[in-house]
Amino acid sequence: MDQKTSYPTSDATPSSTGAVAFAWLFVGVPLAWGVSQTFIKALALFQ
Amino acid sequence: MPMLFFPTKPTMHMAEDSLLDRSRTVAGPGYNRWLVPPAALAIHLAIGQAYAFSVFKKPLGALISGNPDAPAPADWTPGQLGVIFSIAIVLLGLSAAIFGKWLERVGPRKAMLASSLCFGGGFFIAALGVHLHSIWLVYFGYGFVGGIGLGIGYISPVSTLIKWFPDRRGVATGMAIMGFGGGAMIGSPLAVTLMDHFKAAGTGTLGVAATFLAMGLIYLLFMQFGVWTIRVPADDWKPEGYVPSNEHNALITTGNVTADNAIKTPQFWLLWVVLCMNVTAGIGVLETASPLIQESFSDGVMGAGRGVTAAAAAGFVGLLSLFNLLGRFFWSSASDKMGRKTTYAIYFGLGILLYALVPTLGAGAQLTLFVVVTCVILSMYGGGFATIPAYLSDLFGKLQVGAIHGRLLTAWSTAGVLGPVIVNYLHTNAKANGLVGAAAYQSVFYTMAGLLVVGLIANFLVRPVAEQYFEKEAAKKAAA
Repeated sequence: MDQKTSYPTSDATPSSTGAVAFAWLFVGVPLAWGVSQTFIKALALFQ
Repeated sequence: MPMLFFPTKPTMHMAEDSLLDRSRTVAGPGYNRWLVPPAALAIHLAIGQAYAFSVFKKPLGALISGNPDAPAPADWTPGQLGVIFSIAIVLLGLSAAIFGKWLERVGPRKAMLASSLCFGGGFFIAALGVHLHSIWLVYFGYGFVGGIGLGIGYISPVSTLIKWFPDRRGVATGMAIMGFGGGAMIGSPLAVTLMDHFKAAGTGTLGVAATFLAMGLIYLLFMQFGVWTIRVPADDWKPEGYVPSNEHNALITTGNVTADNAIKTPQFWLLWVVLCMNVTAGIGVLETASPLIQESFSDGVMGAGRGVTAAAAAGFVGLLSLFNLLGRFFWSSASDKMGRKTTYAIYFGLGILLYALVPTLGAGAQLTLFVVVTCVILSMYGGGFATIPAYLSDLFGKLQVGAIHGRLLTAWSTAGVLGPVIVNYLHTNAKANGLVGAAAYQSVFYTMAGLLVVGLIANFLVRPVAEQYFEKEAAKKAAA
C-alpha cells in the first residue's frame, strides 16, 4: 500500500508551550484591549 | 505559520487531500488541546463584531448631508439601517441550520475559511454599497453574505471543542462563545478609531466605506489564525488520565443522535423554546437599557444634578456587555459541576424574580441595586448562549452536535425579531397610556418574566432522549 505521508518532519514534534502562549496572546491581547475600553466607558456610571 | 508548530497526524491519502480537508486537520501525538480554544476565539472574536454594528448607524444615516446631527431627506433612515442587523441575525440562524451537516462532514478548517471569506467579503461588498449609496448592496453585503459568515463561524468550532474537552464541555464552549461577546467590545472602539482616522484623511463617506474595507481585511486575516491552527482529535484520542464518570446521569448520553433525528425529538424543541425565551427576555433588557436607566433615574427622581446622564447610561450599557461576556464563561463552566438542567433552572428561576424586581427598583430609585440586578440578568443571558452546546452534547452525543446546534440557533433568529417587537410594542403602548419613567417599562419586564416561566417549564420537561433515535453501535464507536 502506498502510504503518502509527505508531511513536514516538524509535524512529529509536540506543540511547544511557547506556541500555546503565542496562541493565547494572539487572541488575548485584542480581547484585553476591548475589555479595557469597555471598562473605561463603564466607569462613567460611577462618576 | 502555525502549521509548522502544531502537529498534524499524517494520513494515508494526505498527498491527495487538500490542506482544508478534515483528514488534514487530525492532530498528531503531542498536540496540545489548549491550542483549540484560541483557534475558536479567533473566529468568535471576529464575528462578534456584529453586535457592535450600531456604532455605524449614525454616520450611515448621514452620508448625504455629511452631518450626523442633521440628516438630509435622501439619507438612510434609522428604520432602513436597523434592517441590516436584522438580516445578519436571521441569516446567522438560517446558515447555521443549513450548513451544520456540511460542517460536520468537511471539518472545522474548511468551515472557518468559508466563514472568514463570507464575513470579510460581506464588509467589502458593504463598502461598495456605502460608496455607491446603495442600501440594497449593504443589505446584501453585511446582512446576507456577512450573515452567512456569522452562522458558519459561530458553529464551526463547537463540536471540535466538545471532542477535545469531553471532561470540560461547558468550560470549552464557554470560552469560545465568550469570544462572541468580546467581539463587540473590540469591534466598537476599532470602528470608531478607524472612522475618525479615515474621516480626518478625507476619504469621503464620513470614513465609513474605508472603515468597512479595513475591517473586512483585518477580520479576514485575523480569522486565518483560527483556520490554520484548528485541529480535530484522532478517533481514539482521550485526555490524559480521563475516565468517563461512572456516576449515572440519565441526561448525559454515551450514544449519538444525528441532526436529522434530533429535530424529531421533543427534547430538541424543548431546548429550542428554552433558548428562544432566554434570548428574547435578555433582548428586553439590552433594547431598553440606556433609556430605562436615564428615565428611571432622571434628575426629577434623584434630585437636581444627580440623575443618570447619557454618558453614564452608555457606561451602564458597557457594564452590561462585560457581564454578558463574563456570564458566558462563568455559568457555562459552572454547568460542568451543577449539570445543564439545574443551570437553566437557575437562569429561569432566578431570572423571573430579578426581571419582576427591575420596575420596582426603578420606581424606588434604588440605583445600585438596579445596576446589580440587571448585571446578573445579563450574565445569565450570556450564560444561556454558552451552556446550550454542552446541553445538546449531553442529550444527543458528540457525533453531529455542531449541526444540531446550528439548527437550534434558529431560536436565536426568532428571538432577535420577537424581542424588539414585543419591547417596542409594550413600551409604546405604555407611553401612549400616559406612563412615564420606570412605570413605562413595567409591562416590558413583567412580560419578559412571563416568557421565562415558559422557558422554566420547557426546561423542566426535558428528559433523556428515547433509545429509538440513537445511532447503532458502529456509529457510536466512530464518534467515540
